[in-house]
Amino acid sequence: MSRREQFWVITSNHLIEGDAIWLNNSGDWTRKLGEAKLFDDRDSAETALMTADKERHIHVGAYLAAARPGRDQKPEPQHVREQIRTTGPSNYFHGKQATASDVSV
Amino acid sequence: MYQYNDFDQAFVRGRVKEFRGQVERRLSGALTEEEFKPLRLKNGLYLQLHAYMLRVAIPYGTLDSRQMRRLADIAERWDKGYGHFTTRQNVQFNWPRLADVPDILDALADVSMHAIQTSGNCIRNVTADHFAAAADDEIEDPRQTAELLRQWSTDHPEFQYLPRKFKIAVTGSQNDRAVTRAHDIGIRALQDSDGRHGYEILIGGGLGRTPMLGQVVRSFLPKEHLLPYIEAILRVYNLYGRRDNKYKARIKILLHETGLTLLQNQIETEFQACQSRFSGIDSELRQHIEQAFAPPSFVAVPHDQFDIRMTGDSAFSEWFKTNTAKHRDNHHAILTISLKPVGGTPGDATSSQMRVIADLAEQFGYNEIRISHEQNIILPHLPLGHLPQVYDRLRDAQLETANVGLLSDIIACPGMDYCALATARSIPVAQEISQRFDTLRLERKIGPIKIKISGCINACGHHHVGDIGILGLDRAGVENYQITLGGDASEKARIGKRAGPGFSFDDLIPALERLLEAYLELRLMPEETFGDCHRRLGSEPFQRALYPADVQQAA
Ligand code: SF4
Repeated sequence: MSRREQFWVITSNHLIEGDAIWLNNSGDWTRKLGEAKLFDDRDSAETALMTADKERHIHVGAYLAAARPGRDQKPEPQHVREQIRTTGPSNYFHGKQATASDVSV
Repeated sequence: MYQYNDFDQAFVRGRVKEFRGQVERRLSGALTEEEFKPLRLKNGLYLQLHAYMLRVAIPYGTLDSRQMRRLADIAERWDKGYGHFTTRQNVQFNWPRLADVPDILDALADVSMHAIQTSGNCIRNVTADHFAAAADDEIEDPRQTAELLRQWSTDHPEFQYLPRKFKIAVTGSQNDRAVTRAHDIGIRALQDSDGRHGYEILIGGGLGRTPMLGQVVRSFLPKEHLLPYIEAILRVYNLYGRRDNKYKARIKILLHETGLTLLQNQIETEFQACQSRFSGIDSELRQHIEQAFAPPSFVAVPHDQFDIRMTGDSAFSEWFKTNTAKHRDNHHAILTISLKPVGGTPGDATSSQMRVIADLAEQFGYNEIRISHEQNIILPHLPLGHLPQVYDRLRDAQLETANVGLLSDIIACPGMDYCALATARSIPVAQEISQRFDTLRLERKIGPIKIKISGCINACGHHHVGDIGILGLDRAGVENYQITLGGDASEKARIGKRAGPGFSFDDLIPALERLLEAYLELRLMPEETFGDCHRRLGSEPFQRALYPADVQQAA
C-alpha cells in the first residue's frame, strides 16, 4: 500500500480495565474499533493524538495505529497486533471477542 | 521450606499499603502515567495488549500447597480462572483490573508471596534447579543459596537502579537444569578435593538480542564468600555497565567490551573491599536458612499397587517412564506434571488444576511443589506407592499428559496474544505443533527433543537454547518465524544457529515436519537424539530439509 493510501486510528488502553480503546468521531473513547475515527492523513491524526493525550486519567499510552477502511468505511486493523487487540487472544475466548464490547468507556 | 519472619512479613505488608495509596492517587488523577508507571513496575504490574498483567514471584520456583491454593483463588476471584507459569519460574495473571491489584497483593502477602522485583532494573527472582533436594546427582540444595541471595537482594538500596535487569540462577548439581550459562550470574555448587563446599561463578550469560553464554569468573569460590563476591560483581556492573544504550546495558556486553581478565581484576579488587562489610552475619543467616531447607524424612509406603499398574496398565507405565525422574530415595520419584496438553497453552493451569496439585502435594508429597523454567509443575518427593492414586487424580483433572522432554513439551512465551513487546504469536505455534505431531503419531519415535518459541527478540521462550528454536518476527505487519538449530540449555550449553530465511505462519509447521522427518532418516539409531545427531552432522543436512530446492523456487 502506498503512503498516500495509509489510514490511521488513535488507540490506547483503558486506565482501569487495561483493555484496548479507540478515539471516535466525537472525541470520546470507544471499545469498538469499528466506531473509531479513521484519519486519512497523518498530520491531522497526530494533532488529534496530542489533544487526546490530555485526558490522562482515562487511558494510558495512546498511539496511532495503521488501519484501513473496511465494510461501510469502518476501520479495520491492518497489523496482526492490532487485529489481536481488537478481538482478544487466539488461545482462549477471552477479551473483546467474549465481552459485550458496547460497554461504554 | 523457608518461612517468612516478622521482618519479611512487615516489609511485604508495608509495600502493599504503599502501592494501594499509589493506585488510589493514579485513579484520582493525582499521579500521571509517567509518574505511576515506574511504581507499578516495581510491583510487577505491566500493561499488556488486552489488560494489565501481574507477575508474581515464586522464589526459586518453590511453593507449598497453601500458596498454590491462594494462586488458584486469585485466578478465580480477580482473573479468568487460570494462571500462566513462566520460564522465570514465576506466575503471571493476564487479566487483573488496576483497582483490584492492591487486594491481590494483600492476598499474596497472607501466604508470604509478593510481586516485588519481578520487573525493573533490579535483581530479579533468583531461579534454581526445580529438582532441588530430590535429584540424586545433587551436591547441595541450590535453594539455600538462592534464599540467601533473595534476602540479600530484596530491596537492596544500592541495586534498585542497575543499568538493566539482572538475573541469577543457581544449580546444586553438575547436570545443569537451571540454564545457569544463560544468566547474568550463574552459580554452580561444587565440592573441592578436600570435600569443601563452594561455587563456580559464571557471569555474562544472557539470551535476548545478543545471546551469549556465561564465562567462568571464579572457578572455586569458598561458600562463605558468596555474598561479598556477588556484591562485588554487582558493584562493578553498577559502576561500569552502560547506561547510554539499553540494548548494551546487560553485564554480558560489559564483559564483552571489557574482557574477562580486566573485569575479573576489577571484581577481585572490589571483593577485597566488600569482604570487610560482611562481618559474618551472612554465615548466621545461612545456618538458619539451611535448617529451613532440611529435607523431609522420607517414608516409604508399600508399592504393590504401583507394581501391578506398571505391568498391567500401559498408559500408567508410559506416564511413569516419561514424567518421572530418579529420586535420591529409592522408594520415591520426582514427578513432573506436564502443563502441555496436546493443543493447550504451554504453562497454563486452571484454578481447579492448581487445587488438585495442591491437594496431591499435601496428601502425598510432603507439601512441596516446584515450578520449572520449562513451564511444568513438579512434585519433587512422591512415594512410589502413592503414584497410582496420584495418576488417577491427575487424569481426572486432565493433567496426565505423558510428554515431558518430548516434542510437545514446548516452551512458549505469551507472544503476541498477550505481550505488548511481541512481534508475533507463540502460543498458536506451540498448539499447532503439538496437534500436528499428535496426528502423525511421531512424538515417541522422535524421542527427546526441546522446542522453544519466543514471540520476539527478547527471547523469554529461550529459543536460542532449544534443539529447535523458533523466533517470531514481524515482516511488514505479517508474522514470520525464524528457525535456529543446535541450541542446548544443559551443562553443555550452546547457542543455536539460524537455519536460514524465516517461514510464514502457514509454512512453519510443514517445514518442521520436513526437518523432523530428515532427522529420523539421518539418525544412526533411535537412541541418537536430535541434539546428538545435529552435533554429529551440523546444520547442513537439516537446512536441506528445511529449504528443499522446489520449495525455494515456489517461494
Ligand atoms: S519473548 Fe518477547 S513476546 Fe515473548 S514474552 Fe518475552 S517480550 Fe513478550
